[in-house]
Amino acid sequence: MYNYILKRILLMIPTLFGAAFLVFFLLRLIPGDVCELRLAGTGLYADPAEIELCQEKLGLNQPMIVQFFDFLIGIVTFDLGESMWTGKPIFYEMGLRFELSLQIAIMATITSIFIAIPLGTISAIKQDTWIDYVVRTFSIAGIAIPSFWYGILIVLGILIFTQSWFGEPWMPPLDYVPIWVDPWRNLSQLIWPALATGYRYSAVATRMTRSAMLEVLREDYIRTARAKGLLEKVIINRHALKNSLLPVVTVIGIEFAFLMGGLVVTEQVFNLNGLGKLFVDSVMSSDYAMTQALVMVVVMVFVFTNFLVDIMYAWLDPRIRYA
Amino acid sequence: MSIAEVQVEAEIETFADKDPWYSVALDLIKRKPLGAAGAFIVLIMIFMALFAELIAPYDPELNNYEFMLVGPDWTFLLGTDQFGRDIFSRIVYGARTALFVGFVSAFVGSVIGLILGVSSAYFGGKFDLVFQRVMDVFMSFPLIILALAVVSIFGTGTQNVILAITIPFIPRCARVVRSNALAVREIPYIDAARACGYSHTRIILKHMVPNVMAPYLIMFTAFVGQAILLEASLSYLGLGVQEPVPAWGLMLQGGAEEFAESAPWIPIFPGVAISLAVFGFNLFGDAVRDVLDPKLRSR
Repeated sequence: MYNYILKRILLMIPTLFGAAFLVFFLLRLIPGDVCELRLAGTGLYADPAEIELCQEKLGLNQPMIVQFFDFLIGIVTFDLGESMWTGKPIFYEMGLRFELSLQIAIMATITSIFIAIPLGTISAIKQDTWIDYVVRTFSIAGIAIPSFWYGILIVLGILIFTQSWFGEPWMPPLDYVPIWVDPWRNLSQLIWPALATGYRYSAVATRMTRSAMLEVLREDYIRTARAKGLLEKVIINRHALKNSLLPVVTVIGIEFAFLMGGLVVTEQVFNLNGLGKLFVDSVMSSDYAMTQALVMVVVMVFVFTNFLVDIMYAWLDPRIRYA
Repeated sequence: MSIAEVQVEAEIETFADKDPWYSVALDLIKRKPLGAAGAFIVLIMIFMALFAELIAPYDPELNNYEFMLVGPDWTFLLGTDQFGRDIFSRIVYGARTALFVGFVSAFVGSVIGLILGVSSAYFGGKFDLVFQRVMDVFMSFPLIILALAVVSIFGTGTQNVILAITIPFIPRCARVVRSNALAVREIPYIDAARACGYSHTRIILKHMVPNVMAPYLIMFTAFVGQAILLEASLSYLGLGVQEPVPAWGLMLQGGAEEFAESAPWIPIFPGVAISLAVFGFNLFGDAVRDVLDPKLRSR
C-alpha cells in the first residue's frame, strides 16, 4: 500500500509541474505583456513609468526562467504576490472566499449522493420499464439544463411561491454568514445553489450507479442469494449495492474536484462571493496575477482529489494496488 | 429451381423493396425512443438555424422601444425583452450561433484530437509517453476553467469562444481515440502496410483513422452538446459571444435576472432552448453510442 501511495505521489509531480508550466506560459503568450495590455490595452495613453513599475512588481523585467522559478516557489510557499486589482495578497483574497465555496461543494456533493444512489439503484432494478426511462431522462436532463438557468428558476420560484403563500416575497439572504455563527441564515442562503449544482452533478453518478448495479445483479452470488431465499430487500441492500458502490465513489470524488469549475457559473447566479466569482471577476478585470494563481489552485485541488480517490480505490479494492 | 436459388431470389426481393424512409424512422422510434426524440430535436434546431431568415418574424437585433417587455401574445409569440426585441426571433437566430459554435469547435477539437491520438498510438515509444503526460496536464484543467483562461488571454467574441472551447476538447478526444488506436495498431494489416513501404501519413490517415471512427463519432456528438452548453455559460458570464449577436446564454444575462419577476418570459424561453438543444444532442449521442459500441449496449 505504501509503495502504491508513493508511486501515485511521484506521478502527481510531473503533472503539477506541467500544469504550472502551461499556466505560466499561457499568460506570456500575450503580445507585449500583461502590464502593457492592462494599462494601455484599451488604446488609452499609459505612462511608461507606470508600466515599468507594474513590470517590476510582477517581476516581468527578469529573465523568463527566473520568473518561472519564482512562480514555482510562490506556489509551494503560498505566496503568489498581490492582486493587480485590489492590491491585496492573492492568498488573502482566496482565503476570504474559500470557506463559502468549500461549503457549497460539500453540500452539493451530499445532494448528488442522495439523488444518485437511490435513483440509480431503482433504475437498475426496474431496467427497461417506464421507471427506468423516467430516471434516465431525469438524469440526462440534469446534464442538459445549464446550472445558471436552474438558479434563475429557483430564485423566481421562491419569489412566486412565497408571494402567493405568505403574501410577501422572500429572498435568500445575500450576505454570507459562517455556519457556526448563524446556521439557519447560512443554510437558507446556501441550500439553493447546493441543490442546483447537486442535481447537475448527480447525473453522471446516477448513470454510474445504474450500470454498476446492473453488472453486479448478474453475478453468480446474487443468484445464490436468491436461491437460498433471501428477501429481495436484503439482496439489494447488503449484497448488490455494497459491491456496486466502488465506481460510484470514484465518480463522486472526481466530480467533487470538478465542482470548483461548476461553481464559476452558479456563484454568479446566486450572487455569492466565492472562488468562482473571484475567478470570473479576475478574468473580467484582466487581473492576470489572480487568474494565474486561481487556475493553479483549481488544478492543484483537482490533481490532489484525484490522488485521494485513487488511494481510496486501492484501499477498497486490494486488487488494484497489486496490479 | 433449387431451394438455394429460391432463397437467393427471395433475398434479392427483400433487398429490392427496401423499407421506405418513414418505416426506418418508425423502426428507430420503436427501438430507440429516446434517441429518436433526440434526433428530432436536433433536426428542428438545424432547420431553425438554416432557415432563420424565413422563420423569424422580426429582426433579432432591432430595438423597438414601443414594445418593451410585452408578454407572449400572437404578435410576439414569446414576448419581447427590455429593448423591445422579439424573443422568438432571437431564439431562432440564437440556434444559428449555438450550432455554429457547437459544430465548429466540436469538429476542429475532435479532428485534431483524432490525428494526435492515432499518431501517438502508431508511433508509440517515447513520443507516446511524452504525449500522454502532456495530455494529463491538459486534462487536469476543468473544462470551463481552461476555457476561461483562454478567454482571459485572447478576449471575448465568437471566434475566441470557439478557440476557448476547442482547446479543452483536444486532449479529451485524443485520449479516447488513442486507447482504441492501440488495439488497431496490433492488427497485422498495419505491419503489412509498413512492409509495403507506405508512408507514416498514409498508414495513419488511410488505415488507422477509418478504424477508430466509432469512438470518434461518439466523442463528436457528445462534444457538440457540451460545446453548446459551454458557449451558453461563457456568454452568460459576459465572457463569450458579445451583444448584439443573438445567443441564448447572452439572453439570460443582465435583464433576465432583473426582470425575472415582472417579465418571466425573458429568462424562461432562452433557458428552455439551451436545455432542449443539449438534451437533444445528449439523447442522440447516447443512441449513436449504443449502435456503434456493442460493448456498452444495455448499460
